[in-house]
Amino acid sequence: MRYVVRRLGFFLITLWAALTLNFFIPRFMPGSPLDALRVRTKDKLSPAALQEMLTSFGFKPNQNIFVQYWDYLGNMVTGKWGISIGGTLGQPVSEIVLHALPWTVGLVGVVTVIAFLIGSLVGVVAGWRRGGKLDSILPPIFVVTSALPYFWVGLILILVFSVWTNGFLPSDFNYDNSLQPSFTWPFIGSVLQHAILPGATILITSVGGWILTMRNNMITTLAEDYVRMGRAKGLSGWRVMTTYAGRNAFLPNLSGFAMSLGFVISGSILVEYVFNYPGLGYLLYNAVANTDYPVMQVLFMLFTVAVLVALILCDFAIAWLDPRARTKG
Amino acid sequence: MSSASAPVLQVTDLTVEYATDGPGVRAVDGVNLQVHKGEFVGVVGESGCGKSTMLFAIAQLLSPPAAITDGSVVFNGQNLVTMTEKQLNVLRWRDYSVVMQSAMNALSPVSNIGAQFKDALEAHGSFNKREITERSTEVLALVGIDRIHLKSYPHQLSGGMRQRAMIAMALLFTPELVIMDEPTSALDVVAQRSLMVQIRELQRTLGFAVVFVTHDMSLVSHFSDQLLVMYAGQVVEAGPTRTVFDRPAHPYSRGLLDAFPSIRGPRVRLTGIPGSPPDLGRPPTGCRFHERCSVAMEECSTTVPDLYPVGDVASRCLLHRPAEVTA
Amino acid sequence: MTALLVAGAGTDAADEPRRRRGGLLSSILHSRKALVGFFIFFVFTVAAIVPQLFTSVKDPNALQFTPALPPSGDHLLGTTALGQDIWAQLIYGTRESLIIAVVAGLFATVLSVLVGVSSAYLGGIADDVLSMITNIFLVIPTFPLIIIFATYAGKGTLLVVLIVLVVTGWSYGANQLRAQTLSLRNRDFLESARVRGERRSYIIVAEVLPTMISLIVANFLGAALYSVLTAAGLQFLGLGNPNSISWGTMLYWSQNQQALQTGMPLWSIAPGLCVALLGTSFALMNYAFDEISNPALRPVRRRRVKRKRTSPAGH
Repeated sequence: MRYVVRRLGFFLITLWAALTLNFFIPRFMPGSPLDALRVRTKDKLSPAALQEMLTSFGFKPNQNIFVQYWDYLGNMVTGKWGISIGGTLGQPVSEIVLHALPWTVGLVGVVTVIAFLIGSLVGVVAGWRRGGKLDSILPPIFVVTSALPYFWVGLILILVFSVWTNGFLPSDFNYDNSLQPSFTWPFIGSVLQHAILPGATILITSVGGWILTMRNNMITTLAEDYVRMGRAKGLSGWRVMTTYAGRNAFLPNLSGFAMSLGFVISGSILVEYVFNYPGLGYLLYNAVANTDYPVMQVLFMLFTVAVLVALILCDFAIAWLDPRARTKG
Repeated sequence: MSSASAPVLQVTDLTVEYATDGPGVRAVDGVNLQVHKGEFVGVVGESGCGKSTMLFAIAQLLSPPAAITDGSVVFNGQNLVTMTEKQLNVLRWRDYSVVMQSAMNALSPVSNIGAQFKDALEAHGSFNKREITERSTEVLALVGIDRIHLKSYPHQLSGGMRQRAMIAMALLFTPELVIMDEPTSALDVVAQRSLMVQIRELQRTLGFAVVFVTHDMSLVSHFSDQLLVMYAGQVVEAGPTRTVFDRPAHPYSRGLLDAFPSIRGPRVRLTGIPGSPPDLGRPPTGCRFHERCSVAMEECSTTVPDLYPVGDVASRCLLHRPAEVTA
Repeated sequence: MTALLVAGAGTDAADEPRRRRGGLLSSILHSRKALVGFFIFFVFTVAAIVPQLFTSVKDPNALQFTPALPPSGDHLLGTTALGQDIWAQLIYGTRESLIIAVVAGLFATVLSVLVGVSSAYLGGIADDVLSMITNIFLVIPTFPLIIIFATYAGKGTLLVVLIVLVVTGWSYGANQLRAQTLSLRNRDFLESARVRGERRSYIIVAEVLPTMISLIVANFLGAALYSVLTAAGLQFLGLGNPNSISWGTMLYWSQNQQALQTGMPLWSIAPGLCVALLGTSFALMNYAFDEISNPALRPVRRRRVKRKRTSPAGH
């Protein structure tokens, strides 16, 4: 129980740190983004809307900075996210963000999990069959693939599968713009088609890392006495590999997965940018390009929340798989 | 001591090599060993003398880069060395089982005791849930552990309990031979003795033979029938425990025993054995012990001694070479 | 993005103090991966120091050539849409990328060592606080943070980029070093130093650190890899200095000018390839170091050990 409380405490503090960073950075930067803001929107927004936006942003120059900070925190947490001042001027931030959310979760989220699971499985087998021909060729290949920049792989894929094939696989957006979103086959098919290249990019670059770490874990685990004991009991090779070695080797990998989620998010932003895929990353880029502060703030908070949620899920998974973790203080 | 019936285990000329970039390292060199039904055979030696490697070689549990390069391990008439994994898997656990040094390491941390008993049972026949629980409870009772611990995980048991659970697991099929690799080394002195007593009792009740590897000569000598002393991958002395312990023939065994003070005997200055075990990648010429031997002769550095009979033991020392050879 | 390669799980088993310094060098020389990695890095270093060796163009950014030329004898990789020699830009761009990798990597590693080792060695409240800070930095998705930071700071100069890279890249290594230090903390050789009455700082510097050299080097390589990729990503998005000469800015401009779609693919591919190669060289060296510090991971050459079949009871 104490462990759970400590973890929760950690999450809350992290979230708070993220929000605080986001609040204070603009205030310590040279220049006043606020004035630029006012200038930009002076003609387009009514004074009331302007005021509402400023409030959500936390800027009440007349007020004590701590009051501003408090208001800002409250607004962020309760969903009063204000309105966009960038390319999507006037639209409520919550609408824009929630519209983009499923696309990112669907593409990046799903592909990352798939890459992790595939990578772990392949890693288990690779570690088990150590020393074979496959094992001497594959690791260096994966070392290389995991060092490739996400966006560059995306560009190559676009070049090969889209430009050179005259658009066989689409390189832009998340579905054919002439179609209406609905749960019909043509639409779903289009969605899947548009997800192939960006998904492949993420898969190619991230799977290598998982395979390698899992393989290394597996090799270390195979030297353990309980693996030998499994053999001694006359269990089949398959059983020893999965139940004894695999399960134990998987645990540190899972923790590693949780820790690396921050990096996964970075990659996804670039992938969405390269493919003009309208997810949260793409949204962030546009917000930055158009100095759309309200959207930027919310997105940053959401990214942090996403990582924290994933961490919580990983924690549960680890506790479920590892009985020792359940008793830890 | 040895009954007239055929031995349960007959190890002949067993040699194990570790493949390295250069010439291999011979961790076990031409070892011979015989175990009869119900016998308790102790194998003692320093760390690195090859005793554990030999044990795992006998049980066919070596992993690369170690491999058996010569010799045979005949168990109930079958040579284990030439058998395939599939064939071995039928025999494993059912006819012979293994107990390792540290139960904390030998039991998988993510499954409970019951599950680990279960998969050993299921690997050798189809049993229903009731039969599995019954048998598991039976063996746990043999070592004095309550059945409630079938649901416990290894880390939830105390050190002594874990070891006993591991021994119970080894007895699931009441095998003919149980191979033990230093099962007491991880325990305190009191637990050590109590475990040894328990093993001996179980042996008497169930009738299995034991090959017991340890570095603690005085501990094993209270319980074993036969004693083998190993040095640098070879057996240097072998024979009935009482003889080897009371009147060690080989200088190395003598050195080992002199290193243990006697509780009741006169106070004697302790002498150890100077130097350290040789590098098995480049073993010394001639007798492997000659560099540390207090009674070494000239030819000890050139002639390799065989195992020579001395009374009812055998000793690998030129001192015990039969007279006709030198004449 | 791919910092997973920073000495993964292998280091948990690197328990014993490894004092074989001569052995380290020979291990490196024997590892093909390490050699390939070093070679690539060496080539880049030469290109960074003496670009004149590789190209005759003096100012790669000057719009001096006919735009959009295909590769030819004069222009090995053709020219950009703005009339610059791609090959020359690539060569001169090496300098900035290398500087970023090495400097950011170095400082991030120093910070990791300071925080990670102290936190583990000091224990108690200091440990709790420091590891909390480490974990926060680790968890906060840093790329969005960098993007936001870079925007507010105006178009980033090299210094800004370096600072953000160091600030965001140190946490992963700190965690690892802390774990390793914790496992070493109660080892006998440290206990004897304490008993001798040595000062804590002495113990940390003279006893603990040398034991962890391979882990620290692995961390440096990982941090360098992270810096190269992240910097390239930032510049690609346009958040770097668009007038600087670097691979990232080349990627920015080529994307800006739709290089892929308008038949100048090399403009995009070449700088990306260089980033990939530099990153790969770090990753290879890192992987090789993993194998060196954990012998269990070394390639096992499956040699058939010949088994002699003798008859039983053969003596």
